[in-house]
Amino acid sequence: MSSGFSIFVIVGTILNVAAAVWLLVWMRKKRGESQVTTDTTGHVWDGDLREYNNPLPRWWLWLFVITVVFSIGYVVLYPGMGNAKGTLGWSQKAQFEAMQAEQEKKAQAMLAQFAGKSATELAQDPRAIAVGRNLFANNCAACHGSDGRGAPGFPNVTDGDWQWGGDPEAIEATIREGRQGIMTPWVDVLGPKGVDDVVAHVMSLSGRTAQGGDAAAGKAQFETLCSACHGVDGKGNHALGAPNLTDNIWLHGGSQDSIRETVVKGRNGVMPGHGERMGEARVRLLTAYVLSMGEQRVAQAGP
Amino acid sequence: MKHEVVEKNSALMGVLIAVVISIGGLVEIVPLAMSSEATQPAPGVQPYTALQLEGRDVYIREGCYNCHSQMIRPLRGETERYGHYSLAGESVYDHPFQFGSKRTGPDLARVGGRYSDEWQRRHLLNPRDLVPESNMPGYPWLENQVIDADGTAAKMKALRMVGVPYTDEQVAGAADEVRNRSEMDALIAYLQVLGTASKGWK
Repeated sequence: MSSGFSIFVIVGTILNVAAAVWLLVWMRKKRGESQVTTDTTGHVWDGDLREYNNPLPRWWLWLFVITVVFSIGYVVLYPGMGNAKGTLGWSQKAQFEAMQAEQEKKAQAMLAQFAGKSATELAQDPRAIAVGRNLFANNCAACHGSDGRGAPGFPNVTDGDWQWGGDPEAIEATIREGRQGIMTPWVDVLGPKGVDDVVAHVMSLSGRTAQGGDAAAGKAQFETLCSACHGVDGKGNHALGAPNLTDNIWLHGGSQDSIRETVVKGRNGVMPGHGERMGEARVRLLTAYVLSMGEQRVAQAGP
Repeated sequence: MKHEVVEKNSALMGVLIAVVISIGGLVEIVPLAMSSEATQPAPGVQPYTALQLEGRDVYIREGCYNCHSQMIRPLRGETERYGHYSLAGESVYDHPFQFGSKRTGPDLARVGGRYSDEWQRRHLLNPRDLVPESNMPGYPWLENQVIDADGTAAKMKALRMVGVPYTDEQVAGAADEVRNRSEMDALIAYLQVLGTASKGWK
C-alpha cells in the first residue's frame, strides 16, 4: 500500500473510532440523573400509543464501550493501521507458512521410514501401500480410475500390459516426467483402401478377421509404415510408447471402427509429469502402489 | 444538532447513513483495490490469447463458476490439493474475475496442465466416462458449435480499454486464430492456461 493510502486508512480508522466514542459520550449526557423517565417523544399512533424517551440501557452502553476498547486493542496488536504491522507481527502469509512447515515436518517424518528403499521393497510394505493408495486417489484416479482400470484413451495400470515399460524404473519415470504418446494421422498416406487393409491386418494380429479390407496388402503397408514404432510383428515398443497390437488389449478401443479411427485420425496421449509437484519420495511410494496393484492381479489370476 | 432533527428528516438521515457506511468501504476496500499487488500482473501472468479469451466467454456462458471457484485460499489443505494460493495479481486481466463462491466441483485456479487436452475433451463430453462418480453435467454441444470469429477483435478492444495490454497485431490476428475452432477447443485452451503462471513460484 502506498504511504498516501496508508495515511488515508489511519485517518479513516481513527475518525471512525473517535466518532463512536463521541456518540457514546453524547448518549451518556442525555441519560442525566434519573434512570427512567416518563417523557415521551411526542409521537402518537392510533390515537393513544406513545413512545417513551428513555436513555439507552446500561448493559447496551457497556457493550458499546467494550467494542471500542476491543477495536483499539486490535489495531495495536494486529495489522490494521495502514502499513503498520501490529505489535504481534502477525501476518496471514506467515501463519500459512508456519502451518505448511509444521505439516512438512510431519510428512517428512512419515516419509523418512520409507527412505532408501526401492519401489519393489515398498510394494511389500502395507504402510507404504496405504500412503500410495491415497496419492493415487488424489492424483491419478481422475484418468486411470479409482481402481486403476483406466478408461478409453487412459491406460489400465493393473493389467500388466505396459505402454512405456512395466519395470519399477520405467513406471517411476512415467510418473515423474510424464509421457507423450503421439500417433500421427495416416489417412493421407494410406488412402481409404490402404486404411481398410491396414485395419484388417491389425485385427489379424490379435487373431480376428475384419469386415472388408485385404489383410495381406495391409501387412505390406504395416511393415513399411507402422513397423517403425509398433515393430514388424506389431508387438510395440516401450521406448516410444507404441502399444503392443497383438495382445487384444486396446488403449483407444479394439472394435474395427475404433481401430479405423485411430489409423485415420491418429492419437495423442498425454500424461502430465508429477515429479515437480510431488517430490521423489512420494513418486516412489506411488510407483510401489502401482506395482502392488499389478501383483494383486497376478494373485487373483493365479491357481 | 439535535437527534430529533435527524430522526424527523429522512433525507438528512439518508445522507448521514450513507456517510457512515461508506467509511468502512473507503478505508477497507479502496486502498487494497488500488494497491500494486492488485493492479500489477503477478510474475508470468499474460493476457489471454484470442482462443483462450473465447473459451473464457464459454466458461462464463455455461455458468461453470456456479460450481467451480478459481480462488485458492492460503490454507494448507487447499494448497496441498490445488497448488500455490491465489494472488490478486493473477486476476488483473480477468474482467470480470472468476473467483466464484461455491465448490460443488473442485477449484480450477490451477487446473491448467493438470490433465491432458484429450482428458478435458472427453470429460466435458461426458464426465462419467472418466470419473464414474462425477455429478457434473456433460457439455456435448460445445464440440459442434463454432466460435464467432468476427466478434473476437471487438472483445479484445473492449478489454484494452479497461487495461489489458493487447497489441494491435494481437487484435488484428484474433479472427484468424479462432476461425473454425469449436467452443470445445476454446474452452480447453482456457482451462489449460489457468494458473500456469505459477509454475516455479515458491
